[in-house]
Amino acid sequence: MMELVCPAGTPAALRAAVEAGAHSVYCGFSDETNARNFPGLNFSTEELTEAVAGAHKRGAKVLVALNTFPRAGGEKLWHQRLADAEAAGADAVILADVGLLDYAATHHPRLRRHLSVQAAAANPDAINFYAETFDVKRVVLPRVLTVQEIAEINKEIDAETEVFVFGGLCVMAEGRCSLSSYATGKSPNMNGVCSPASHVAYAEEGNELAARLGGFTINRTPKDRPAPYPTLCKGCFTSENQTGHVFEDPVSLDARHLIPALAKAGVTALKIEGRQRSRAYVAEVVRTFRAAVEAVEEGRPMPEGALARLAEGQAGTAGAYAKTWR
Amino acid sequence: MAVDKMTKLTLGPLAYHWSSDRRRDFYARIADEAPLDEVYLGEVICSKRAPFQEADLPAIIERLERAGKTVILSSLAEVMLKRERKATADLAELDTPEIEINNAAGLFDRSSRPHRIGPFMNAYNEATIGWMAGKGATHVTLPTELPGEAMAIAASAARGLGLGVEVQVFGRASLAVSARCYHARAHGRTKDNCLFVCEDDADGMPLCTTDDRPILRVNGIQTQSETYINLLPETGRLIADGLTHLRLMPQSVDMVEVASVFRSVLDGARDPLEAETALREACGEVRFSNGFYHGQAGYRRIANVVPV
Repeated sequence: MMELVCPAGTPAALRAAVEAGAHSVYCGFSDETNARNFPGLNFSTEELTEAVAGAHKRGAKVLVALNTFPRAGGEKLWHQRLADAEAAGADAVILADVGLLDYAATHHPRLRRHLSVQAAAANPDAINFYAETFDVKRVVLPRVLTVQEIAEINKEIDAETEVFVFGGLCVMAEGRCSLSSYATGKSPNMNGVCSPASHVAYAEEGNELAARLGGFTINRTPKDRPAPYPTLCKGCFTSENQTGHVFEDPVSLDARHLIPALAKAGVTALKIEGRQRSRAYVAEVVRTFRAAVEAVEEGRPMPEGALARLAEGQAGTAGAYAKTWR
Repeated sequence: MAVDKMTKLTLGPLAYHWSSDRRRDFYARIADEAPLDEVYLGEVICSKRAPFQEADLPAIIERLERAGKTVILSSLAEVMLKRERKATADLAELDTPEIEINNAAGLFDRSSRPHRIGPFMNAYNEATIGWMAGKGATHVTLPTELPGEAMAIAASAARGLGLGVEVQVFGRASLAVSARCYHARAHGRTKDNCLFVCEDDADGMPLCTTDDRPILRVNGIQTQSETYINLLPETGRLIADGLTHLRLMPQSVDMVEVASVFRSVLDGARDPLEAETALREACGEVRFSNGFYHGQAGYRRIANVVPV
């Protein structure tokens, strides 16, 4: 069966994910060592140790994301967290920084290494480079490849591949984006923060609600409609007298119907985005996807089920997998 | 500021799709008149543009080298398609240390032979730089968003390993790259059918917020800052901290004048404040920023001359 890799922002969400049928759960520490460094989210070392023990009891794995890029002068924290993850019994760490990969391979050789989507490895040469150099066992592929391209990549590499199938959609190459940093000073790469709530402001102006990030107006919505969270890549801008979503319409990824094709393309694991989501959300999405991968495994038709209302109130899309971009 | 003859002034690779004529004329003037030490060439943003560049690349290289400038060839930032892998591999095959790698595919192809590490490679820290040096890197360009304090530590590590270390001090910052072409999208086209609409925007396609506030520039698959980074006031600090190379990015302004302004500050011939006035004149209305260097929002301009 394809492995279902599910998000957990809290110990409660982790338990919920495991109970709902997650094969693996990924999470991070409560600091800037991971790319979902949000207030009130993530794990202390004690919480992680307990969570790993609980997950192992039920046959599930725990993958720890250490997928930001340490700033020069700040590497000690990341090194400490690698040791903490290994001590807690984590089944793998998810890394992006070359220096940290090298450090982990040298100092924690028995701790399995996955390559984070933050490393932006979108071609067989880059993947083979990471796999051969740092003995990376699995690569999380950027959300920019078609199913056909994923199949081609799998023919040329030895590492396992993991792909996103549900949740928020980064439209820029991850690990190569400073948009948040430009508007707010908080960097996805260095701080694990994208468009932090502390820099977001909403203001009623006439019949509209203006959503601002770092003082820049990102969206305007009629007052009676739900306002999208202001991130630059999903913002509304004017160019050449046209106003619209220049980068991406606010849609969420839902690639459930592509699971059979992804299996055929040689994909090992399916990843659900959303460590910032509630326990109830995680449980429902995981249940739905577990049923889907079981159906695919047993050759049954995909069970129908409505996840649309969970998709940020937005339309679902098969994203780049279906190749409408090029 | 003391006279500095050691620090090299470089011109980064042209990010935009300028016409052949414009590009030829630009580099001819750069070769003959700009007080630059090193010039990076090659298509970094879009593999579809590369054939246009390649036709007159040999003549441009020859002209620059004849003028005493070191030429470095830069590789593509985003590598997904077969032609992009091939372009990266072909560059890595070249028998010169002066190639700049911008995608991990290039490290695979280059296999420990000498090379430079480009700004897209995320060299944020000492361990990464140390590892890169062990694999043949002779030079590293730091990420544009790295704050000054971290830059100093990174530069010191790089220097200790005998590496050149560079940072962008002028021009629009590269903020993001994508698999998707937003230039084509804005014109209702796909990437495969773009008809090179990016050629119309020599300094990027401006984006404004719905309040008409300029914020970003689109350049094919790349998103850039509206502001030009300007670290002229910080130049002295950068050199004291061990940066060996300062990079100017080509914009649609008089780049010979821009290079001359930076050179005059390096030479101690002009103080940074006076030079700043000249730079302002050369750049017209565009806003300057140095927020990244000061650990703040990148678009900000922190108004002070950093003491050396």
